This record gives sequence, structure tokens and C-alpha cells, in this order.
Amino acid sequence: MTSVIPPSSGLEDLPPGAESGAVPSPASTRRTGWRAMLPTWTPKLAIGLGLVVAIALFGLIGPVFAGNPDTIRNIGLTAPGGDHWLGTTQTGQDVLDQLTHATRGSLQIGLLVGVMATALSAVFGVIGGYVGGIVDEVFSLFSNVMLVIPGLPLVIVISGFVPADQRGSWTIALVLALTGWAAAARVLRAQTLSLRNRDYVAAARVAGEKPWRVICVEILPNLLPVLASQFVFSVIAAILSEAGLSFLGLGASNSSTLGTMLYFAQNGFALQRAAWWWFVPPGLIIAAFGCGLALINLSLDEIINPRLRRPGRKRVGRATSGSSRNHAVRSTVA
Amino acid sequence: MRYYARKIGFYLVALWAAVTLNFFIPRMMPGNPVDILMAKLQQRGGTVDPSVRRSYELLLGADRSDSLARQYLSYLGNLLHGDFGVSVSSYPAKVSDVIGQSLPWTIVLIGLATLVSFVLGLVLGTLVGWKRGSWLDSIIPSTTVLAAVPYFWLALILAALLSSTLHWFPLLGGYDVSLSMGWNWSFISSAVSHGILPALTIVISSVGGWLLGMRNMMVSTAAEDYILTARAKGLRNSRIMIRYAARNAALPSVAGFATSLGFVVSGSVMTEQVFSYPGIGGRLLQAVENNDYALMQGIFLVITVAVLGANLLVDLLYGLIDPRTRASN
Repeated sequence: MTSVIPPSSGLEDLPPGAESGAVPSPASTRRTGWRAMLPTWTPKLAIGLGLVVAIALFGLIGPVFAGNPDTIRNIGLTAPGGDHWLGTTQTGQDVLDQLTHATRGSLQIGLLVGVMATALSAVFGVIGGYVGGIVDEVFSLFSNVMLVIPGLPLVIVISGFVPADQRGSWTIALVLALTGWAAAARVLRAQTLSLRNRDYVAAARVAGEKPWRVICVEILPNLLPVLASQFVFSVIAAILSEAGLSFLGLGASNSSTLGTMLYFAQNGFALQRAAWWWFVPPGLIIAAFGCGLALINLSLDEIINPRLRRPGRKRVGRATSGSSRNHAVRSTVA
Repeated sequence: MRYYARKIGFYLVALWAAVTLNFFIPRMMPGNPVDILMAKLQQRGGTVDPSVRRSYELLLGADRSDSLARQYLSYLGNLLHGDFGVSVSSYPAKVSDVIGQSLPWTIVLIGLATLVSFVLGLVLGTLVGWKRGSWLDSIIPSTTVLAAVPYFWLALILAALLSSTLHWFPLLGGYDVSLSMGWNWSFISSAVSHGILPALTIVISSVGGWLLGMRNMMVSTAAEDYILTARAKGLRNSRIMIRYAARNAALPSVAGFATSLGFVVSGSVMTEQVFSYPGIGGRLLQAVENNDYALMQGIFLVITVAVLGANLLVDLLYGLIDPRTRASN
């Protein structure tokens, strides 16, 4: 395989989405190579990373120090205090212990679904967009159909047919991934369509590179920021949908997640008994984690679409005032 | 014309895909739903004559004697006749009747709440986007937080605060069960007061998305030349904002409205579970709990058809209000 095109040629190119009416940015703020793939360090990104890392550590290390979350004590529903920092449930189980294990469970499912859904969307979006023709027609029709069929009812029906004892976390993750990849595939397809007409991709094709190699070497590296953003988004969506599913009593039977905690809190009448320490913390962790990921996603958006970058101290002035248009479209799609 | 034909064709394909999914899901899953169903039917004093068993086998596919293709054809035939089978959990009611009872609750509650949140989001987004950089912009970060909060959790918190603690709204149900259903004042007012809290939670959790999208479009529209022209003509500021900027900025939101309808239905399942609302989402969950497979499938189909229909409607309307979409397709 003769390497006519230097492998790095794709990386020096501006990220996709930059080409349309790109604002000439001052040379000092322009970054090349792999550094262009990293988000700029902003307070937004710092807060987002901080939240995500803190919660991930809590879920990773917490269970090591926590006691057995299933230990039943003869004290019933107790408010937070010295022995139990976050109080206990109706059956005297320590809420903090449960919280550490549940956080780990939720993160696991989120990651699992994130990886699978991103892989699926890459297959349908990138391959369809690159190959074109009838393959593209079929793939994009398929993703559009999956997009309009309402997801949660479909997930509920599928989980309803799987017997509870066979409903493990892998099953749930698979179902969530199968119903959650379509929106990302559409975005990836649009990006691939714009990439495949670039000169260096055309050159690679003319030079006789095999399609899979063009996709892996020329196209995918340029899609990394988009893929990362889609991955982050599908992790948020997965954690939220898993929580919802478990809250409905349809989650995995072999795992404890933040959603199952909320399910037991609701069933134990935590609300009616004003046991806030039981149902507030799980929701807060989901919200904080989702918020952290969303902030990271906003920073990733700035790589995908450089026009969103703040001009820094030098004011570029009117030229950037149209900058948020792509962002608006993206956020309505999301 | 081609635009409309394409759109209608696409939704027909989507409908066919949903129906086919519905056919294959029970057949791919482990276990035999028909046996569970028959046991349940007998418990409830239903007669298990061969014809009932036969019709369930057609719906749920436990009959291995027929080929898959034949099963599929008879299944489609059953659907065309509106025959979804008999509900086990509310035996001997037909599935279509059960759905008919609960559908209006969902349509009124979810429909109104979605519309209110959409309009509210557009109005607020217009104002915030027009006065960019003012104190109004400080609303924006909180929308990120709101979008990350699980909807049902927010609903639980609001219910605990406004209902259990402050006693402003009734906590559960769609109406006061001591009243008889009908078009009389006491029933309607009870239904309205039971609907306010669920509707409020839907509006609060979904208004942020519309607001953000509209705000961002307003910001970019405000930089367009025709806005400058309008200013130069000396038009009133409010007129420029509404007739010139907001009208154009709202287009992507209208398009987004269609895609959001599916998520709205998902929201309805959660809402109806938290508030024990007598709508179709709550019914779906009851059906799952009771292994009422016929009802489950019927509800899934009805929800899907409703979402597809609404999407088609919005798509066709969008083609009318924004001719550019027709040209580019």
C-alpha cells in the first residue's frame, strides 16, 4: 500500500464545519495538529470536568469504603446523623452506601450504552455517508425511521417481553443502545458528506486506497470531535433513560443504579413520609453528572464549530455575531 | 408535489417498520407469552376456548405450525380490522376500548402542556435573544442544569413540595373519584385541578430547550441585513423584533417541534406514572406489570401512529411556511 498521502494530512485540516464562511481567526489563537482536537480551557470545561471526575471517583472508589448497601438494620427510616451521614431507608439500609454502589451501576450502564450507540451511529452514519448511493438511501431511511418511532414506549414494550430474571444489565444496555443511536447517525452522515468531497479524500480515492482505509485513516480522525460529542451525549441520554426505566420497575434485575434507588424510594413512600435524604441525593447525582457532561459537550462543540469560539481578548467585532446559528440548529436536533 | 409525496412515503415506511417491529418483538423474545396470557385469563374466569387461544397466537406468535410469512399476513389482517385482541388486565374489555378510554386524558394533558411550553419557550427565547447581554441572559446556564435533571425526579420533588407539603394541588389521579364522569362543572373543575401539577412539571422540564434554541436563532437573525434595513426605515423596535426577527428565527424551532413529539410521549409515560394519571402511558405500564401483552402492543402501536401522524402534519405545515425546504428536497 503506497502512502501517497501523508497520514497526518487530515489532521492539519480545519475540523469539519469550519469551511462554510469561516471567520478568519487571529493567527495567535489558531492551533494545529492534535492540539486542535483538544477543547480550549474555559471555566465551563473546568466545572464540567470537575463534576464528572468527582462523581466518577465517587462511583469508582466509594464502594470500596462503603459498607454493604443491603445490610438491614432494626432502626427503620432515620434522618441523616452521625452514624449514617445520609440517613437510612425504611428497612434501615444506609443511603450513602447504596448511593456509592448505585452511582457505579449507573456509570457502567452509561458507558456501555455510550460505546455501543456511538459505534452503531458511526457504522450507519459514516459508512452510509461515504459509500453513497443505495446504501446511503437505505441507511439514512433506517436511521430516520428509528428516529421517529418513540423510543421509551419501544423500550418498555421490549423490556416487557423479556422475563424479569433474564433482564440483566447487558440486555438493558443493548436495548438502550439499539433505540438511541439514530440522532447521532444523522449528524455523522452530514459531516461525512462534507468530508468526502474534500480534495485529500478524493486524492486518496484516486490513488487507489481501499474504502475502509479511506474511512479509517482520512475520515474518522476528522470526525473525532463529533464522535466525542456524540459519545458524551449518548452517555447522558443512557443514564437518564436507564434511570427512567429502573424507576418504572423495568430496569436490569441484577444491578443497582440510581434509578432503582429512586424506584424503591417511591415504593417506600419516601415522598409522603418526607424522607428527602432518600430520594433527593440520587436525583442530584444524575443531574450533576448530566450537567457536567453537558458542559464538556459545549466545549467540544467549539472544536466542531470554531465559529462558536469566543474571540478572546481581541474583539473580532461584527464578524462573529452570526456565530451561534449552527449551534441553534444543533441544539434543536439534540 | 414531489416534496409531499416523499414525506408521505417516508411516514408510510416508518409506520410499516413500527408494525413489523411490533410483530417481531414477541417472537424474538424468550418465553411463551401466550401460555402466561391463557393462565391469567383462566384466573379471571375467562373461557379459554380454542378460538381465543388462536387469536392470541396470531397476535403474539406462539403458533409454530404456521410459517412466519403466513403469521405475518394474518397479523396485518387483524390490525386492519382494528382487532387488537382482548385485554387481560381489564377482562373482558377489548384492547381498543381500553385505549379509547385513556387516550383523551393523555392528549389533553400532554398536548396542552407541550403547546404551552413551546409557546412560552419561543416568547422567552425571543426576548432573551433580542436583549442579548442583558441580565436576561443569566437564565441561559440554568437551562443546561434543567436539561440534565431527570424529568420524573423533578416531578417527584415538585409533588413533594407543592402537593404533600403546601397542599396546593391534589397529588394523585386525574379527577376526584367520588365524582361521576361527565360534562358537569364539578367533574371538569376537578379534572382541571388534578391536571395543573402534572402539566406544570412538563412545562418546567421542557421549556428550557425551546428557550435556548430560539434565543440562539434570534441572536443570529438579529445580525441579518434586513433587520438593519428595518431599523434604518425607523420601524418600531417591537415590530422589528416580532415581525422581522422572531418570525424567521422561529422556523428551526417549528421543525424541531416535530422531532420532539416522540420525546413528549415518553414524558407522558413518566408523568402518568408519577401522578397515577389515567392516561395511555400509565396504562402501558399497568399492561407490562400484568403481562397484558395484547394491550401493550396495542398501546405501542397507537402511540407510534399518533407520533408519526403528528410528525407528518408538522412536516407538511413546515413545507407550507418555509418554501425553501420544498425546493432543497
